[in-house]
Amino acid sequence: MSITVERINKYFGSFQALRDISLEIPDGKLIGLLGPSGSGKTTLLRVIAGLENAESGRVLFHGQDVTPLHVRERRVGFVFQHYALFRHMTVAQNIAFGLEVMPRKDRPNAAEIRKRVGELLEMVQLSHLADRFPAQLSGGQKQRIALARALAMKPQILLLDEPFGALDAKVRKDLRRWLRALHDELHFTSVFVTHDQEEALELSDQVVVMSAGKIEQVDDPRSLYAQPESRFVFDFLGHVNVFEGALQGQRLAQGEGWVELPEQATGDTVQLYLRPHEVRLQDEPASHAHLPLRIESISLIGAEVRLELAPCGWQSEEPWEVGISHAEFNRWQPQRGDRCYAVPDVGHLFNREGQPPHTLSWVGR
Amino acid sequence: MKQYKSSLRVGERPWTKWLLIGTALTLTLLILVIPLVLIFAQALSGGVGTAWENLTDEYTLHAIGLTLFVAALTVPINLVFGVFLAWLVTRFEFPGRKALITLIDIPFAVSPVVAGLLYLLLYGSNGWLGSWLADHDVQLMFAWPGIVMVTVFVTCPFVARELIPLMQQQGSEEEEAGVILGASGWQLFRRVTLPNIQWALIYGVVLTNARAVGEFGAVSVVAGNIRGQTNTLPLHVELLYQDYNVVGAFVSASLLAGIALLTLLIKGIVEWRQSSQRSPEINPSEVR
Repeated sequence: MSITVERINKYFGSFQALRDISLEIPDGKLIGLLGPSGSGKTTLLRVIAGLENAESGRVLFHGQDVTPLHVRERRVGFVFQHYALFRHMTVAQNIAFGLEVMPRKDRPNAAEIRKRVGELLEMVQLSHLADRFPAQLSGGQKQRIALARALAMKPQILLLDEPFGALDAKVRKDLRRWLRALHDELHFTSVFVTHDQEEALELSDQVVVMSAGKIEQVDDPRSLYAQPESRFVFDFLGHVNVFEGALQGQRLAQGEGWVELPEQATGDTVQLYLRPHEVRLQDEPASHAHLPLRIESISLIGAEVRLELAPCGWQSEEPWEVGISHAEFNRWQPQRGDRCYAVPDVGHLFNREGQPPHTLSWVGR
Repeated sequence: MKQYKSSLRVGERPWTKWLLIGTALTLTLLILVIPLVLIFAQALSGGVGTAWENLTDEYTLHAIGLTLFVAALTVPINLVFGVFLAWLVTRFEFPGRKALITLIDIPFAVSPVVAGLLYLLLYGSNGWLGSWLADHDVQLMFAWPGIVMVTVFVTCPFVARELIPLMQQQGSEEEEAGVILGASGWQLFRRVTLPNIQWALIYGVVLTNARAVGEFGAVSVVAGNIRGQTNTLPLHVELLYQDYNVVGAFVSASLLAGIALLTLLIKGIVEWRQSSQRSPEINPSEVR
């Protein structure tokens, strides 16, 4: 079932939580709503579920306007961040709840309910916990029961609010993989909220990046990382090195630092955004860039050696970060305090306010 | 090996400790235990027979009946009111919500006598609403409806006060989960909300009942002490005492004391249940 969100505005008092949000979620996709806290992602999810009423705008399921429908009638599955299991009911009773509160004429009989609960417990691999109470379960188990409970009604839409937020890293990874498998098997349309970039990029077919109540960008994970459309998305997805300067002809300069752009550009104050893997470090400045840096710290853990660098003779709001391979690190053997020069291969130029960046390449020059 | 004196925690010097414990015990004995024992001792001072005679006295029986009747009306009214109020202030955001939470405490802050006088002023035959009611042949003051009204007023915070912190702490997520799963309002209340608040609710009801049975000040203003008509048990105690019927007064008083002890017992059990609720024992489940 596809979900369409049309021009949703939502206020909490005078605070505008959602600003004119429109979004199209195709049938059967797994969508991640990603953003920092306060960006409105949970509010949007709750508006889709019907737990919050928007001041204006519409929500459509499969082309049908569900805005006037009560939560109860929207028939979506919802998984809460803190599980929201009924604490006085056993696991089996929790899962059966949705079936047991159905109007008498639609309600399956006791034997059928029991059978369905059994199947769901098997699906989440927790059949042995049927008679436990929520307080006796671990976080990961609780979340799986919450999922089973949400799926008992066979919803065609599953909404998850930070489903893995309260779990430790290992359990998180397991559950993530498991949710993806479940989604692929059952073919419902899922929307999940997260503030974890890695989680969003790994799990989703499409990622919706939100900030301050607005959608910044909707894209598949690969394009999102490779071609961010705004400064915010750039900053939010992974580290970025920024060189801000004034443009004089093709030269972008600030203090002792300068970069010769490969093509003509306009703008007064412009920023060059560089991903850590788009920058090389050398002992000598290159012909097209003079960006002196001092090595501040060296982190050896991981697939790459990560160097944190401070600009020399020019300014940057945040320290620069560049990754080099272990092989290169062993050859070069840099020390803390050493001076080196950054050489950009590819960069993203922001020279017009509110416009996507212009990607530049120095490779092959 | 060198011997070290075992170190003491703050305030744990033996004489301080025992002085404090001794003081507390003496005060408890003087203020609570001795008076309580004396009530029963006085009631039985004339022998069991006399006590029984006093207990089965026509007016005493009427007072007991009226008191129970008032409690039987007050408790359900405040049960519904308290749940409604707690639900309102913990599940909804609206202007004046904080003010309402403060207002709930007014009956605690105001002297019951003042409450009684206010009701008399408002609903008495010379009062603003009372004169209109009198024209329509409705008498509230100096009759049982007046007693119920002031008792409801005096006891209305108990249930809400017990529920509000608990419901705030539990939040509304479980209810939201229930609605999403398709539960109707009533199903939600009966199957999700009520089981979560039941012990706090029972606790609130027990306190409401204790206060409803024992209320003196407000009731004495609006009841008018008509023997055999508007005399509740606490008023009856005073009346008997003023009649120099000490044994009779103490027999009635011992009934009230008995109710108090019973309240404490139930309170203890409920508190124990509440604390053990966090690790619920395994019940045989309906669905397996």
